[in-house]
Amino acid sequence: MSAAGTVLSVRHLCKSYRAGQPVLTDINLEVMIRSITAVIGPSGTGKSTLIRCINRLVEPTSGSIMFEGTDLIRLRRRELREARRRVGMVFQEYNLVERLTVMENLLSGRLGYVSAWKAWRRSFPREDIERAFELLNIVGLEGFADARADSLSGGQRQRVGIARAVMQQPSLLLADEPTSSLDPKTSVEIMQLLTDIARDRGIPVIINMHDVGLARRFADRIIGMAGGCVVFDAVPGLLADDALKKIYGGEDWMH
Amino acid sequence: MVTSTAHRLAVLRPNRWARLGALLLLAYVVYATAQMDVSWERVAAGLHNAAHFLTRLLPPTFSRWELLSNGLLESLEIAVLASTLGIVLSLPLGFIAARNLMPGWASWPARLVIVSARSFHPVIVAIVFVKAVGFGALAGILALTVASIGFIGKLFAEAIEEISLKQVEAVRATGASFMGIVAIAVLPQVFARFIGFCTYQLDSNLRNSTMVGIVGAGGIGGTLFAAFQRFDYDYVCAILISIIALIMIGEMVATYVRAIFIDGMTFAEMFHRRLSALGTRPERRFDDE
Repeated sequence: MSAAGTVLSVRHLCKSYRAGQPVLTDINLEVMIRSITAVIGPSGTGKSTLIRCINRLVEPTSGSIMFEGTDLIRLRRRELREARRRVGMVFQEYNLVERLTVMENLLSGRLGYVSAWKAWRRSFPREDIERAFELLNIVGLEGFADARADSLSGGQRQRVGIARAVMQQPSLLLADEPTSSLDPKTSVEIMQLLTDIARDRGIPVIINMHDVGLARRFADRIIGMAGGCVVFDAVPGLLADDALKKIYGGEDWMH
Repeated sequence: MVTSTAHRLAVLRPNRWARLGALLLLAYVVYATAQMDVSWERVAAGLHNAAHFLTRLLPPTFSRWELLSNGLLESLEIAVLASTLGIVLSLPLGFIAARNLMPGWASWPARLVIVSARSFHPVIVAIVFVKAVGFGALAGILALTVASIGFIGKLFAEAIEEISLKQVEAVRATGASFMGIVAIAVLPQVFARFIGFCTYQLDSNLRNSTMVGIVGAGGIGGTLFAAFQRFDYDYVCAILISIIALIMIGEMVATYVRAIFIDGMTFAEMFHRRLSALGTRPERRFDDE
């Protein structure tokens, strides 16, 4: 039922943490290959929940999520883990394993393919290690392989976070407010890096964000959410004041 | 909302229940002291006895050094074996007891085992094991193993419960298996603290292993107790000095183990740091860190 070039198709997705109090109501969206989709909306409107429902870090209540020919909602344990390998994720607070080195964090992106015992002994396949070093150069952290994650700055950590997600060789990247903990200049650099890497590899990205300016600048599609529903879905050029009013409510903040 | 001045002042007033509690505690201390029947005569007599005892302690005699060294070696053996066994057993037990990773039906029984291992003093557990397996080091090893499980198991479980779940979430998102998550996202977060618990427990077992002998569970404690009863105070002194030496060596080993595992130092670095620290005052050491 999905058109060619569709990577992800979310249908009638609903989520409520408590019965009768839906956080997401009837979300429908399709994500095409090579697209950069920004999801904007006020805090607490379910952006994070939406993104976590897609790789099922949060269990959806109902609906379907078609990804690479399977409905993610129906998958169990092993199948779910295998599907998760194909979805990379970048986090607001980077979520690196602080006490491990940069290289170990990058290689943790391969954990879906390497047994726990081998991972414990740090015996990763040679091609993984070589790709990790290449990626480290691409994200601008050459020479940091041995640095411990907790010794890095916020921007550097997010670079590691992006590299870890790309190490999975994913067909979809999810980013949950990747720049919300960063200063404005670093935010732009991180967004540039994330979108460049995704475009180079043809990986579609869904990015939750708070910064409407950054969303306009880097995304080729903007989804506006309010009260757990999609209230806007179009190219950035169409995101006018009335749309923003619908998403965030009020208008004093715009001026 | 309007708040009256009285209301505002009340914010700064000390808690009357805390005051009442402190008063009750003070009253109990006075009462308990009265119960002890402490008098100046008793203190004076006690000081006199202590002086007499101290003069008989000196000089220490190491004439029966073979008995002494055998006892010490047995204590060391008890401490090392009990620590090793305790660590090996409490690792999985503490892990299962962590409520943030394990379902309730798994964690509750594990917590129960840990709590019961903690509820008795090692000497009481040693008496039980002496009855069960007879006099000797085996009873001491088993008793201190139980103590180690109680201590390391509890602290290890608590350390796991305090880990950052964000790091776990990120590794889970890569499609890692449960054991993969444990190996890469959980253990690195608790490893340093675990080493700390283990070295502390070895230290504690070393001290306790010199004591379980009093109830016949092996080690230097038996020799010490016998010497006390025979009024061989100069030999008691020799035993005490040896125990202090053993504990100090144990503490040094623990410091080195922590430096290697937690700070990731090599022997050469540690040796270098020792050397450079020799000529400097302790507070200077913070400068170069």
